[in-house]
Amino acid sequence: MTEGRTKTIKTDALARVEGEGAMIVRIAGGVVEEVKLNIYEPPRFFEAFLRGRDFTEVPDITARICGICPVAYQMSSVTAMEMACGVEVGGQLQALRRLLYCGEWIESHALHVFMLHAPDFLGYQSAIELARDHPDVVTSALELKKTGNELMTVVGGREVHPINVKVGGWYRAPRKRELAALVPALERAREIALQAVKITAGFDFPDYQQDYELVALDHPGEYPIDRGRIVSNRGLDIAVPEYDEHFVEEHVEWSNALHSQVIARGSYLCGPLARFALAADRLSPVARDAAKEVGLDPSERNPFKSIVVRSVELVYAADEALRLIADYEEPDAPSVAVEPRAGVGHGCTEAPRGILYHRYEIDADGTILDAKIVPPTSQNQRTIEEDLRGVVERSLDVPDDALAILCEQTIRNYDPCISCATHFLTLDIQRS
Amino acid sequence: MSADRKPTLAVWKFASCDGCQLSLLDCEDELLSLAGEVEIAYFLEATRATAEGPYDLSLVEGSVTTHHDMERIREVRRASRALVTIGACATAGGVQALKNFADVDEYVSVVYATPDYISTLDSSTPISAHVPVDYELNGCPINKRQLLEVITAFLHGRRPNIPSTSVCMECKRRGTVCVMVAHGTPCLGPVTHAGCGALCPSYDRGCYGCFGPMESPNTPALTQQLQSLGMGEKAVDRVFRTFNVRAFEETRSG
Repeated sequence: MTEGRTKTIKTDALARVEGEGAMIVRIAGGVVEEVKLNIYEPPRFFEAFLRGRDFTEVPDITARICGICPVAYQMSSVTAMEMACGVEVGGQLQALRRLLYCGEWIESHALHVFMLHAPDFLGYQSAIELARDHPDVVTSALELKKTGNELMTVVGGREVHPINVKVGGWYRAPRKRELAALVPALERAREIALQAVKITAGFDFPDYQQDYELVALDHPGEYPIDRGRIVSNRGLDIAVPEYDEHFVEEHVEWSNALHSQVIARGSYLCGPLARFALAADRLSPVARDAAKEVGLDPSERNPFKSIVVRSVELVYAADEALRLIADYEEPDAPSVAVEPRAGVGHGCTEAPRGILYHRYEIDADGTILDAKIVPPTSQNQRTIEEDLRGVVERSLDVPDDALAILCEQTIRNYDPCISCATHFLTLDIQRS
Repeated sequence: MSADRKPTLAVWKFASCDGCQLSLLDCEDELLSLAGEVEIAYFLEATRATAEGPYDLSLVEGSVTTHHDMERIREVRRASRALVTIGACATAGGVQALKNFADVDEYVSVVYATPDYISTLDSSTPISAHVPVDYELNGCPINKRQLLEVITAFLHGRRPNIPSTSVCMECKRRGTVCVMVAHGTPCLGPVTHAGCGALCPSYDRGCYGCFGPMESPNTPALTQQLQSLGMGEKAVDRVFRTFNVRAFEETRSG
């Protein structure tokens, strides 16, 4: 680490993220000169080939953007289309959407907390390696993840690309007894999640805090999942259709994902840390107590602690699913009729990784004229780069191998879904 | 493979949504026993540890859409004793093959402000268009039971037991009332490859073809039936042109 000497550290593949990308950190004379998260996942052009499709096709087509969080795409797209057509879906049809979303949060968070992120904190290459020393932890995590998938399967038809979601509601509403059968597994999932909060809170966290602009949805009385206004800790408070007036996407040369920022302010953070900071008071008592017990406060700004927040959200998602099932009454019809009309609709919901915004313009017969989709990983990309810079600046004395792992861990704080944002991360640290 | 070492498994990703390789991690009850039977030598979504090839079995997700990936799939083939494609993208080009029908320069300009930064081929092609493939598993997404069957079969040197019949057969087997006959709901079940367990009809919905065409489908006959149920020409085009667009197009001219 002698200053003035040229040095390149290279990890060919950043693993345990969803998709393909590279990271480049250039250090010269003890100064971090350049940080780039290079997303080279091949573009798939969803926004282009949605043009000319029928408005009813969005939940099936946009689900294929991401195998990890298809429900987020389905929910943002159907709510946008319903707005365009002047229809509101409420009551049990809406409650079922939140229930399906709880399944996706459990499946996605359990995958990330234990299989993608925890190995960083415990010094393992993978959850499979972790399982050799801590079989009980990994077995419980898999059980938790399985329960999320089962909930998605019962409500949505299957865990990857559910088939039951439609514009206006559902093809078939689940029977009460189908949902009731999930209760024991969800109660067990809540217990496993409570343990996860304790386990992750006991990890060693790098000392790093940032004064982020935190952005999340906000709906009275609810922890943000499926609806709400878009708010931030710096005074942003807008209805979803005002999104384009306040956020801008920028195309940079080193990434196939677009970078988002708040107009005139810059980068922001969405996802678990933002939701918890802005809406911790709306968690269920059991989730709130779990956070309090381990000293996790809404003022927390250490991105490495997002793994603890995700665990708290796992408790909440299981608890909320149990509440929704207890309150469930089978609706008279599985969907409301939706007739197309010329117009524009906007939808925004909380994907496990943060807010996911959709905007569609359709013509009078329901043909899509224009589509815009802003996934959470695009929105977090600038903040990830800023965190990388900040973490490397504080860790210049760390040996190269350990620094490479620390950089990967920093990226994983955001659970980046690169398939969503466009896809393999190569890590390249250059010192000169 | 010698008797004293575990067979090696590699999982590769091309243009895709990650959903099919996630199906392997979704085998929650079997994952740890699988990891005991095989050496997971390359699976970036799950582990940073990677081992050099050759690999006994490579699972490939995703389609080829860039010059770089055209080269990469050849390298994967050279390093693999057996290569199995998993899912509609790797087997049929995927939903992104819809761009094969369009002007890609226009597509790039719709999505990206600075098109010069984007490098992409003007088509999305299945893996078999580039290298020999030992087995193709259908589905958007694949069915995880079928994935386990394929892995087990290849590790034991036998053909996978995967029926190539239609979704209709699966409806009959599970006792689901025919949504097309009973309710007049348009359904691609008669021409679609089995594998999902006839999911959509069990949710009062017509099959929309995510497993691609079955062996020898009579697509022209079904097209007539769809039209008689009131679907216009555009709607029929759309329903075949989704997740297995290339594969269904080849079956449509009778």
